[in-house]
This record gives sequence, C-alpha cells and structure tokens, in this order.
Amino acid sequence: MIHSLFLVNSSGDIFLEKHWKSVVSRSVCDYFFEAQERASEPENVPPVIPTPHHYLISVLRHRIYFVAVIQSEVPPLFVIEFLHRVVDTFQDYFGVCTEAAIKDNVVVVYELLEEMLDNGFPLATESNILKELIKPPTILRTVVNTITGSTNVGEQLPTGQLSVVPWRRTGVKYTNNEAYFDVVEEIDAIIDKSGSTITAEIQGVIDACVKLTGMPDLTLSFMNPRLLDDVSFHPCVRFKRWEAERILSFIPPDGNFRLLSYHVSCQNLVAIPVYVKHNITFREGSSQGRFELTLGPKQTMGKGLEAVLISSQLPRGVLNTNLNPSQGTYNFDPVTKLLSWDVGKINPQKLPSLKGSMSLQAGASKPDENPTINIQFKIQQSALSGLKVNRLDMYGEKYKPFKGIKYMTKAGKFQTKGLLRGRAWDLKN
Amino acid sequence: SVFLLILSNVSSNYLLFSHDLVGSNCAAVLGLCGLLNSSTCSDLFLLSTRNDDLKEMLESNKDSLKLDAMKRIIALIAKGKNASELFPAVVKNVASKNIELKKLVYVYLVRYAEEQQDLALLSISTFQRALKDPNQLIRASALRVLSSIRVPIIVPIMMLAIKEAASDMSPYVRKTSAHAIQKLYSLDPDQKEHLIEVIDKLLKDKSTLVAGSVVMAFEEVCPDRIDLIHKNYRKLCNLLVDVEEWGQVVIITMLTRYARTQFTSPWKEDGLFDENSETAFYESDEKKTKNGDEKKSYMMDPDHRLLLRNTKPLLQSRNTAVVVSVAQLYWHLAPKHEVGVITKSLVRLLRSHREVQYVVLQNIATMSIQRKGMFEPYMKSFYVRSTDATHIKSLKLEILTSLANEANISTILREFQTYVKSQDKQFAAGTIQAIGRCATNISEVTDTCLQGLVLLLSNRDETVVAESVVVIKKLLQTQPTQHSDIIKHMAKLFDNIAVPMARASILWLMGEYCERVPQIAPDVLRKMAKSFTSEEDIVKLQTVNLAAKLYLTNSKQTKLLTQYILNLGKYDQNYDIRDRTRFIRQLIVPNEKSGALGKYARRILLAPKPAPVLESTYKDRDRYQLGTLSHTINTKASGYLELSDWPAVAPDQSVRNVEVIEPTGKSKLSKSSDDKFYSDSGEEKEKGSGSSSSDDSSSSSSSSSEESSSEAESDEEKSSSQSSEESDKSSSLSEKSSSESDSEQKKTTKKPPQKKTVKPTTKDSACPLVCGPGERLHGFVSKQVPVSLSLYSLCILTPCPLSCAAALLQVSGPAFVPEKRHDLLHRMTGKGLSAQYQFPRQPCLYQPTMVSVQISLTNTTDHPLEQIHIGDRGPTGLDMHCFNTVECLLPEASVTVSLGVDFNDSTQAANFQLCTKEDQFSVSIQPAVGELFLPATMTEQDFRKEQGKLLGMNESSATITMAAENTTRQPISRQVATVANLGVVPSGQDNIHRFAGKTASSGAVVLVTVELRESSAALITINTEKSVMGPMLLRDLKRALARA
Repeated sequence: MIHSLFLVNSSGDIFLEKHWKSVVSRSVCDYFFEAQERASEPENVPPVIPTPHHYLISVLRHRIYFVAVIQSEVPPLFVIEFLHRVVDTFQDYFGVCTEAAIKDNVVVVYELLEEMLDNGFPLATESNILKELIKPPTILRTVVNTITGSTNVGEQLPTGQLSVVPWRRTGVKYTNNEAYFDVVEEIDAIIDKSGSTITAEIQGVIDACVKLTGMPDLTLSFMNPRLLDDVSFHPCVRFKRWEAERILSFIPPDGNFRLLSYHVSCQNLVAIPVYVKHNITFREGSSQGRFELTLGPKQTMGKGLEAVLISSQLPRGVLNTNLNPSQGTYNFDPVTKLLSWDVGKINPQKLPSLKGSMSLQAGASKPDENPTINIQFKIQQSALSGLKVNRLDMYGEKYKPFKGIKYMTKAGKFQTKGLLRGRAWDLKN
Repeated sequence: SVFLLILSNVSSNYLLFSHDLVGSNCAAVLGLCGLLNSSTCSDLFLLSTRNDDLKEMLESNKDSLKLDAMKRIIALIAKGKNASELFPAVVKNVASKNIELKKLVYVYLVRYAEEQQDLALLSISTFQRALKDPNQLIRASALRVLSSIRVPIIVPIMMLAIKEAASDMSPYVRKTSAHAIQKLYSLDPDQKEHLIEVIDKLLKDKSTLVAGSVVMAFEEVCPDRIDLIHKNYRKLCNLLVDVEEWGQVVIITMLTRYARTQFTSPWKEDGLFDENSETAFYESDEKKTKNGDEKKSYMMDPDHRLLLRNTKPLLQSRNTAVVVSVAQLYWHLAPKHEVGVITKSLVRLLRSHREVQYVVLQNIATMSIQRKGMFEPYMKSFYVRSTDATHIKSLKLEILTSLANEANISTILREFQTYVKSQDKQFAAGTIQAIGRCATNISEVTDTCLQGLVLLLSNRDETVVAESVVVIKKLLQTQPTQHSDIIKHMAKLFDNIAVPMARASILWLMGEYCERVPQIAPDVLRKMAKSFTSEEDIVKLQTVNLAAKLYLTNSKQTKLLTQYILNLGKYDQNYDIRDRTRFIRQLIVPNEKSGALGKYARRILLAPKPAPVLESTYKDRDRYQLGTLSHTINTKASGYLELSDWPAVAPDQSVRNVEVIEPTGKSKLSKSSDDKFYSDSGEEKEKGSGSSSSDDSSSSSSSSSEESSSEAESDEEKSSSQSSEESDKSSSLSEKSSSESDSEQKKTTKKPPQKKTVKPTTKDSACPLVCGPGERLHGFVSKQVPVSLSLYSLCILTPCPLSCAAALLQVSGPAFVPEKRHDLLHRMTGKGLSAQYQFPRQPCLYQPTMVSVQISLTNTTDHPLEQIHIGDRGPTGLDMHCFNTVECLLPEASVTVSLGVDFNDSTQAANFQLCTKEDQFSVSIQPAVGELFLPATMTEQDFRKEQGKLLGMNESSATITMAAENTTRQPISRQVATVANLGVVPSGQDNIHRFAGKTASSGAVVLVTVELRESSAALITINTEKSVMGPMLLRDLKRALARA
C-alpha cells in the first residue's frame, strides 16, 4: 500500500523520508515539485499525481506536504485519511506539527511511523495505543531517562490492541473525575447582496474531554435528537443503541476526542445570526470609490456576537483605502488587497460601521464584481440549531464524576456576496 | 531547560574543536547533547568524523551511549543521508536488552539489510529466538523485522516463521503474520502456493484483529482465489463492524468484487424490488412459503442482503475512506432504489479536508451523471466558494452541470453568472464551458445561454471572451440558421481578441457559415491576409480553411486573396501548414493534374458537419470501481482488479454454507472411526440421559458431534439444505436480538472449533477422553514450553509438530449437583400435566455448546397423556435439542427426559411450548448464570496465568462480609458449587480459594477467586471475558457467601 513517505516544506525541500518497503529514490518527488510549480496557490496542487512508475498522494497541512508514494491500486482516500491521521498524531505528540517540531523529534517521529504502518498497511493508529508504545516526549521525561536509563518505548503490547475497546487503556486513574463536552456548531452560509440566504447549513461537533477512572460506561441523551440529520461517530459509540433509542452510549477514550459530528439539514430553516449591509461603489473614470459597511445582530436568541472579524478581497484596481471604523481596528494590505476589520463584540445599541473612500488605480477600468465579504464570529453559550443535551449518565463505576457541557456557535464559511445583480440574464422561468 | 540548552550548545562547541579526541568523557557529553537536540547537534559534524564517533559509541558498553548513537543515525536516515557503513557496528546491538535501542536497530536493519545481505544474516538467529519469546509484542516485532529484511536467502526461514506465527495464540502475532505474507510474496513470488495455504488458514481466524490484514494479503497474493472466501463470507460480513477501520476498507472492497461474481443483478426489473426491501427480508421465511410459486420475480440472495445490511452502519464512520468504500459498495451492489442512502454521508464528507473533498467530489461527479436524482436535493452543497481550491471548483461545476434539469436550470444559471465574474479566470473559463453544456443538454435554455454568452463577449477579460467564443461556436453548430447576427457580432470583435483558440474558432465559423455573412467574411479574410505571418499555427490553419471555403463560394471577390494566403502558407515554417496549403491548393484550384477530386471540393469542404456533443469527462468513469485510484486518475492503475459483470445465473449458493466439519486433514482420521462411534452414539441416544461418569459423558458428547459431522459427510445434499435453513434462521435471529454483537456472531462462533482434536484421542480408548472437549480452549491456554527448537538454527528447516500443546484446562465432573427443581409447568395450568426441571450439570450429549436440562414430567390426571413433545420454540430462537416424543404417560406415572439448550452464554430464558396430543402450554426455562458453565480443572499456576490475561474490563470484584459458617474451605467450596457449576482448583494458600470453569456455549474461561481477609471479610474476584456474566455471577456469589 503506502510505499514511502516524504515530508516537503513550503520551500520545496524534502526534510524527512521514510520507507516501509524497499527504498524509493527521492527523485520521484520531482513530479510533485513540477505540479507544485504549476499550481498558483499551495492548495491547488492536485492530491493525486500519477507518475510513470508510482502514484503520489499528498495532503497539505500546516504548510507541510505529506507526500505518500504508492505503487499499485489502493483507494486514494485510504491514503489521504491515513496521512491526516499521521498529522493529527504528530500534533497530539508535539503540540504543533511544524517542520521544526518534526526535526527536533525526529526519532519519535520515526518510531511513530514505524508503529503506524507495517509494510504499508496501518497497524496502530489509535492515539492511546501509540501512547502506550511510545510515550510522548516531555522535558521532564527526557531528563529522567538520561539519568535512569529507562526509555520512551513500551515493552508490553498495549492492552487496547487486543481488547474490544481498543480506544481505551485499562487502569486509568484520576483524583478528580471529570467529563466535559463542548457542543460546537459552525454555520456555513452564502448570503446575497439583498440579504436573502442562498444557502445555509449547520455543521456541529461534540468534542469531549473525559478524564474518568476505570471503565466508565456513559450515556448521553438529547432533548431534541431529531434535529440531527446526519451523524458520524467515534468508533466507541454503540450504533444500534443510537438507531433504536437515539441515545449515545459509549465507553469513552481517555482524554480528548471527537465524540460525534453532525449535520443539521438545510431544509430546516437556519436562523442567520448576523446581517451585513454594504455599499461599495466605483465610478467609471474616477479615481475614487466609496466604501460603506454596517453590520448588526439578528436572531441571536439574546446572546451577543463576539470575536467578529470581517475580511474581504478587494479588486486589484484598488490602490489604498481610507476608512473609519466606528470600533475595532482595520487593516488593508495594498499588496494582497486584503481588507480585514477586527470588530470585536457587537453592541446592539450601537452598530459598528466602516466607512470611507478607496483610491483606485488611475485609468484602471471599473471592477465588474463587488467583492465578497467573509464574516467570522462566535456566539457563546448557544448552539444555533437549538440542540440541547438532556442528560449524561455514568454506569459501571461508583464515584460521581463532575460533568460539564458547553455550547458555542461559530461562523464557518460565511460569506456575503457583493454582486451586481442588475445585469442578470433574462431567464425564463 | 534553559540551563540544559546552554549546556548542549557549549558541549557541542567544545566537541567541534576536539572532534578527534575520543574519550569516554567526550562521548558522555556528546550523548547528552545528542539526546537533547540530536538533529542540530549532528549537523555540526563532518560526515566522516561523525561516523567514527558513532562507531565508538555503538561499541561502548553503555546502553545510553548506544542509544544516542542510534538516535543520531536514525536522524541521518530520516534526512536521506547514507549511513550504511555503520552496519557492522549497528547489527551487533540487535540483541540489546534495552527495548528502545533494539527498536531503533530494527529500523536501521530494515532500511539497510537489502544492501548488506551477508552482514544482515548475523542478526537472523536473534529474531528466531525472539520468535519464541513469551511476550507477544516481542514475538510480533521479531516477525515484523525478520519478514521486512529483504534478503532472498532467508525465504525458507521466513516461510517457517510465518506458518508458525499463523497459529500463534496471540491474535496480534497472527495479524503480523498476515502482513508478513505480503512481504514474503513480494520477495519471492514462487512461494505463492505455500502462502495461499497460510492465507486460507488465517481467513478462518475469528479475531477481528486478523481479518483486515489477512484480506489485504489475500488481495495482494491471490485475489483470484475467490473460492477461499466462500466459507468465510458470512463471518466476514458479521465481523465487519468490529474490525478496525483500515481493515474495513479492504474487506469491503474485496467483498464488493466477490459479490459481483456470486449474486445475480438486482437491477433488472426495478419494479419488483419493493417486495424485497428490508422489512420483507425479516420475514423471508414466510415470504418464501407465500410466494413459493412466483419464481419469476427477483429474490435477492440472503447473503447479498446480509452484506448490504451489515455495511450500512459504517456509513456513519468517522473514517472517510470507510464511508466511501461503503458508498461504492452500495453503488455497485445495491438495488437502484436503495442507493440513495449513501447520498447524505457523501455530502457530509464535503466538510472534511480539501484532499478528501477532491476524491469524494470525483466519485459524486461520476454518480451524478447516471443518477441525477440522488444528489439534486443537495445541489446547494456543491455551490462554489471563493476559498475553494481550483480543482475543487471545477469538480463542483462538473457536478452542478450534471445535476441541471428543466426545473433547476434557472437557479444554476444564476449561480453560474456569479462564477463567471470570479477573479480566478481559469475557473471562469470552466464556468463558461459548463454553461455551454447546460445549453446543449436543456433545449429550453439554449437561447438564453447563447444571449448570455454573447454578452460576455464584451467582457474585459480575455480568457472569458475567448472561452465564450469557443463555446458559442459549439452552440451555433447545433442550430446555425437563426444566428447570423451573432456571427456578425463576433466578426466585429475579432480585432480585439488575441487568444489563438478564440480567433481560430471565429475564423472557422466565418468559413462554415460564409454564405450567411457574405459581406463580412471576405473582409475578415483580407485582414487575416495582412496578419497571417504573425499568427499562431492554429489560426493559420483556420485562415487557410476560410480562404478555401470562400474561394469555393465567392471566388470573384476572394480569388487573389486566397492565392496570396496559399503562397504564404507554402513557405511557412510549420510543416502542417505547408501540407495543408498544398492539399487545399490541389483540391480547389483547377489544373491538369488535379484529378476527379477537384469536382468534389465543394462537397468535401462544405459538407454539413455534425454538431459536437458536449459531455462530461466523467461519463463512463464508472467502468472503474468507484473509490479506487484508477477511478481518480481515469486510467488503469497497476494492480487494479476489475469488477466483473453480474453473472446471468447465480453460482451455487450453498458454497457459503458453513458446514459443521472443516475440510482439513483431521476429518479423514475421523472417517476411519466413524462406524464405531455411530453405533455408540445411537446407544447413548436410546438411553436418553447422561450418565454420571465423566468419562462416559464426554465420550458421548464427542461422539454425538461426530455423528453430526459424519452425517454431513455422508449426505451432502441434506446437510447443505439443513444448514442453509439454519443459517437463514440464525441470520433473522441475529437481526432481532439485541445490540450485543456477540449474539450476532453466534452463528460463526458455534462453528467447528470443537471438532479439531477430539477424534484422534477418542480413537484410543485408553486415552483419557476428558481432555477432548477441553481442547477447545487451547486458544486461551499458552503453550508452556517452546518444544520446537527448529527455528533456533539456520540449517534445520523442517517444522516440529506442536505435539505437546497439552490440554491444561480439562473439563471435569461437576463438584456438586444441586437437587433444586424448578417448576416448569404447574399441574393446574398444565391441565394435569406437571413438569419440573433441574440442571444435572452434565456436559450435554447433543452438542457441547448446550447446557443439559432434565425435565421430569408427571401425569396427575386419571387418564393417560399422549404424545408429549416440544412444539413451537418461539421467537427467541435459542438452539435446542428436544427430547423424543413421549408417546404415552400413564396416570400417576412420571418420566424424566433430557433436553439440550444452547443458551448462548446469556441468561435469556428459553421459551417453548410443551405439547400434548390435545393441548399446548407455553413454558420457559430460566437458567441461573452459574448453570451456564462447565467445571474445569487446572493447576494453580495455569490459573494465575489465565487470570493475568483477563484483567481490566474482564475482571469484576467485590468485598463482602462472609457468613460465620463460611470461613473454611469446605463450606466455601460447597457454596460456590451450589451457585455455579465450577471446578475447584487446588490452592497452596489456605485463605485463597480458586474455582475455574468455562462457559458452555463459547468456551470462555471463567475464574473465581475467593480470598479471605481478616475478620470474616472476603474479596471475591471473577475473571472472564464474558463481561455480562462476570457481574451476574458475582452478584449470585455475594448472595450465597455473605452473611444472611
């Protein structure tokens, strides 16, 4: 399956290579570099590149390309998913997944890669199993190991590897037993200029941080499980129980994990929590343009909008801007033409606005598209879909855990289109 | 940490200046610095110096130094630098006690062994020794490395090691052996036949850990040996949910291929499928009887349905590869109306990483061409965002175009209009192409689109204009008559368009429709004559074309122009243009040499041309199995396995039936002793009840199973039909039963294990028969002594038989048989028939997995009761062996009959009907958990070993206060034996009492420890992998032992 792995940084250097079968020369990456040159943006490198003898499947994360070399037929997603799992593991181990972190921990990285694949086929990808085999590096442990001569490598087969619950190790002990669940929803929307919604959908996840002693068996129930249109589970969730009773029943992994991700269908009307009024005008022939932007909350169920950030890619003809924000700070990069405005919190009594003029390149023609405006925001203590956790129960252990549930809504890909609708084609319908 | 950092800097500087000094102090400091920051440190040294250092460190006798050296070597390897010259120094450390050092040496070995074959052989004996290590992790990693060393000379050793590991008791080691199969195969394909044997063996493995890996090996080594799958098909389907996610992908892909060869197409008559939907399947038995005569309609093979049903939950997996593999399975196997279930999940994946989106969108693109309806409700999910990568954008366009129909076209076109204005011009061009496709596919909007595209001709961006021209050209070809004004418009724009393809397209249009624009075309030609030399080749060719066509239609005006252009073309640098010019001249300019062809010049050049068909590049891509690499790159990747067409007639279905007997060599042995046992078991049957001696009962139990196996052999047809019935039943059963997955696997777990070793021992009557059934547990019992030394040396390559895998766990006779009888049927409700049952605690005669139950029937009426038998067994469907019908029971008489019930290791009641000639009574047998065990004897040592394997989740314990009378050995033993059918394990300590047994149905080990503490407190510990039974048994024991 996976023959070799090359890690390539943004300047096109291979800084790590690992082979699981016979060695593949790193010159195979030349095909990748070619594709990289052709692509205008780093993201535009195609994930699957055929070469005469191999196939290169790559993912880009944290500005590092993870390039896997494949020699024969394999589902591409299999490789892609695995590479992402590798990145997640590195992140888990080193806190960040950067070139520097990988280089500093190159031995651990190598040991990890060795355990994760055998002959190119995934062997152990579950984080808790890996952590028993290879303990994550900490400064303290490094020092202790130097003195005592002990190692970071486990000597026993991790208990999870053979058990029916491979995601949980046995003998977990905590003095404070706690289980926290974060319900985080992201709203993706495209709003047209008049403010009507073109498309909107809510994606949610429940991230959990469970630190419980022993082998607890948890059940989590919702007030309104019908809202969840499509779900995917952590393997620990008992699917049949969900099918039958709409209850999440599971023996949790130890630590942080994603319990559930869900989708609230776009058929349900999604309440858009924010509106944007904007007016950007360019006059033909003039070197000045007007820019006006106001935003305000709408349908937020009494919760405030926080961490609001507006960004927009202005047309190439714009040389500079001279704008006045009523609150927060704004920034315009004349090179990338990226305008960003950090609004902060929105006070419903006093709506934030950004007004002023733009100077245009002399003689440049009028841009034919008003720029798209991307909005980011957060709403604390509220899940936009209205999803509510009913209760969390624990079986199998005697102590009383501390339980906490937090809700949050975030903007995902939320954009308002600034289109000149006037010239829309005459459509018969 | 700051201090350490400084230290490391200082030390490395120091070393830089004194690198030729090699002393132990220096090395120690170096070690510290290497540990802290190995990569930066190693950068400081020149290669040769460093290697000397490293060699020195490797040869020192301190593990920490060696470890540091290895870490730096690994850093070198990671960077792609050559460290092969250190091989002799490194390989010496292969037997190190330090596990991390050893692992790093393994990594090194695997990397360089191929280059240094002779030296690599030095390490082999270490691995051979490690293969016998009691620690399964060490065994597994030894096998991993041994098989990764690509040295052809050790092929026989690898083969042997694989074979041995394939029957290792640890599933993890067996998994590793499955991986090793592929490695050996790529090293030496000649071993194929032997490897297939191992694959066949491992395919029968019931561990979920092994399943994925062995199927992977199967796919790599012998994907065409579909016959190996038959017997394991149902097991794989049932295990699938519990297999690790990577294995799921591989198994699903393989099963898709399998199913296409074994089942008939569900797509033929779409109308009839509703009958066979999910709900219908549950009642398939009834359906069959009702619809028995309607053989024409399509009936899905239950195995086909099983696969679809068991893969469906995996659509909810967090692993995107699993979701897509299920999606492709449904796409290729499910009836058309059921494919819809995958839509939502695929759309969900669009939220994932960019690369995932790319692959998923490709698959959706292929699907959406054939099945618009599937994705139309989710159209908005395919709207392009400005932040999408270019290849994602074009895929989304592709899909939106495929989804367009009369109803939604206006929405889609409105969306497209916004895309045209995108700053990403490549994407804008793609959108224009897409508009063109919509226009040709949906005739209602052709005009609108054409008008819109004409508007775009005045766009400021060149690429947009050029693309529009190209698309307009294609559209005009479909209906040229009405559009001369568009052609005129384009002629006007001609001067402003620089993109060669667009210019060429306009010229072609002029020429093709020159009769509709008689004024303009010659003028365009005039302009082209002026600029001819500076044009691109493609434009030149079209200019020549235009000249020729005009010459034919309007020679008066264009004769001189044409000749001029032909002359220019004659001396062009490009040979294509020279060729074309020569050809055109011969064709159109009449002279003596031009033969008959000249007459037809007009018909040749101005022939009506068919309009181009604008179609997706994803059309027909589903000739490749979806989700594969070949599908993504649209060419056949090496190693791609074709998906065959559905067979017209389904191959024999019975091949998947799991027969009771395994077709192994051992069955031959049993054949020879058939007759004797057949008669034996007959006698036993007539006696009707289990005898008390344990010897006897176990022999009869083995012989009765013998009987069933010999039946299966002698009467092939009967057995297959019988077992297919059985499997039908149990598959519907598993559907109904609760969420526990082990009950689903019932069918597979109750299969043949008990057959394996019974026969050779039973043949010799002197041999204690008791060990027979106990053999089943050998999977849980470790092989105590590694007798086979064959792997120790290189020269002896024949495997020793594992002769003394002695049965450490033997089933013994019951320690105590409780007299307690339970009411089955009271005489009042039973209209005079009363029945009581008790558990005789004898191994069941009929099947070893059953628990035997004795029922005493008493007639309290004044007339004889006739034909007492067991009727309908109700929906719980526990496997039961009924007693023979009691023909007549006289008044006041009573009779004892025995019954076997497979409780499946659960305390679920067995419900059935007790019938007489006239009446039927619903009764149920509710077993206490303790009755589901068979007692076992083992040594204290074995007990501890077993207990060590069953910790954690498998352990339940409680502290109780013992009743005063229960503090000595005998009462405790008696109390425990009353509650549960367990055997006493001799114990060295007075305060610890041990009991052992195994569950009747699955043979799982059950261990009970009662440890007396001071002041009549006691700790009860139960170890069993049956996580439900453990706590139940604990509860019962607590009740029995605690103070009242």
